Amino acid sequence: MTQVRTETGNARPAQYALSGVSWYHGAILLLGFVIVFAAVHLNSREADATNLSALDTLSLWLPFILKGFGLNLLMSFLAMAIATVLGVALGIAQVSQLGVVRVASKFVTHLFRNAPWLVILFTVMYLLPVEATLWGGEKVIIPDWIKATFAFSLPVMGNISEIVRGAINSIPTGQWESAEGLAFTRRQTMVHIILPQCIKRSIPPWMNWYALLTLATPMASILGVHEAVGNAQAAMEAGGGRPEFLLPFYLFLLCLFFAYIYPIALWTRKLEQKYAVSH
Amino acid sequence: MLSLISTMEGNVPRSWTPGMPIVSLRDVRKFYGSLEVLKGISLDVRKGEVICIIGPSGSGKSTLIRCINGLNGIQHGSIRVEGLEVNDPKLDVLALRRKVGIVFQQYNLFPHKTALENVMLAPLLVLKEPRRQVEERARELISKVKLQGKENSYPGELSGGQQQRVAIARSLAMCPDVMLFDEVTAALDPETVKEVLVTIKQLASEGMTCILVTHEMGFAREVADHVYFTDGGVIVEHGPPSELFNDAKDPRTRRFLSQVL
Ligand SMILES: Nc1ncnc2c1ncn2[C@@H]1O[C@H](COP(=O)(O)OP(=O)(O)O)[C@@H](O)[C@H]1O
Ligand SMILES: [Mg+2]
Repeated sequence: MTQVRTETGNARPAQYALSGVSWYHGAILLLGFVIVFAAVHLNSREADATNLSALDTLSLWLPFILKGFGLNLLMSFLAMAIATVLGVALGIAQVSQLGVVRVASKFVTHLFRNAPWLVILFTVMYLLPVEATLWGGEKVIIPDWIKATFAFSLPVMGNISEIVRGAINSIPTGQWESAEGLAFTRRQTMVHIILPQCIKRSIPPWMNWYALLTLATPMASILGVHEAVGNAQAAMEAGGGRPEFLLPFYLFLLCLFFAYIYPIALWTRKLEQKYAVSH
Repeated sequence: MLSLISTMEGNVPRSWTPGMPIVSLRDVRKFYGSLEVLKGISLDVRKGEVICIIGPSGSGKSTLIRCINGLNGIQHGSIRVEGLEVNDPKLDVLALRRKVGIVFQQYNLFPHKTALENVMLAPLLVLKEPRRQVEERARELISKVKLQGKENSYPGELSGGQQQRVAIARSLAMCPDVMLFDEVTAALDPETVKEVLVTIKQLASEGMTCILVTHEMGFAREVADHVYFTDGGVIVEHGPPSELFNDAKDPRTRRFLSQVL
């Protein structure tokens, strides 16, 4: 048992890019952040009294940037929820016994897996209507961040579809056979036997896609969505747009995202190792 | 090699009565692509009978047994189980499988369910019986296969022999009329083979109709009412175990037996 643990446990994480992180990446980043801040702070102190230092500007606008980061998180949660629901359905459709369903779902899956996220983002922006009509008949404007959320969910949906298909196919045929032998319908077999066994092995790659999705949400700033990166840029503008702002502001954003994603990546790797041992 | 007993040929009446064979195969042919795996198999099994199918690997034993509960389709001939024609496109295959239990070499327990849940699942989902009744029967079956105390163990925590006995209990929970066993001891350690064979022997002595593919010749000799020797997709020879094992007529049977006995 312990032998299996070391063998498979070490071999698998290489599959997922984010699993390569370890604690010293965080330490290096934090050190860089501190050094740059110290340097910028010392430099700007003697600059002039009328302008605020980079650090003061940052701390002034910090609530505004963090509020933007809240929107990044909200978009990531919603997009992941949509991607999971649609992706699981699409993945199951990929192993349907109906040829039409199989081909159509494969097409959709690969279409969204193999398109640049930015292209999907722009396409969704232009395809979705400006307004939506509610059940009551009243019209509401669809906010851009909602459109962006939907756009980000599509490529992740395609990838989750593939994760689910792969997981279903990795279940030994003996499971299908013994369920068939017990007079289960295909649907019963899927719901009670196959899919429950797929959950465990799908969670690490699913978490990995969540991390990638969260990292992609700043793309929405291109469309004027007020998320963390867009807000940080606005703050720099408001503070006078001085070039010495760039490094501390962007380094701060880096740390912000890192602090959120990094524990997820570590946790993902832990689960991968755990699930590599027991199925 | 179709020249089996002449009385076995001919039409089988539509409706089944207890006096008739419970399982009846007539000239069954099965192809995988252009490869003919079963080349005209005919055999009869009466209620309560135990038959063993022996033969070299690749001779079509698994295929034959899987055809009986419709896991594999056939291209020619007829398989009747209690009056249900397996080779009928309109067959209610789930009704057939409720009558016929199957146990595989690789146990194939559901790894995410406990032993008790494995046994209970099909009666709950397929037969839609009340949970209390199902659980009572499942616990009885688990004691019957001598696994009291293992109800809440997961398959991964059980030995091969224990898993195989859960698999037998799981199949019996559907109250089948016929049980199919496909080399159920072939993947087991020698020490645990016996405990599984004891379970099957007990089942046979209680009157369960059993069709067994096995490599355990001693066991076949002991429990079988009739033994079939297959080779290359045909039944080469068959008879009561005393006859087949001591006095085989066909040279192929004799060669096979000399290798395995
Ligand atoms: N799914 C399949 N597709 C193609 N050929 C198969 C398949 N299953 C079995 N066969 C072939 O059918 C023959 C009989 O196989 P099988 O019934 O498993 O024999 P046995 O159980 O006696 O060892 C073998 O030649 C095997 O290669
Ligand atoms: Mg076999």
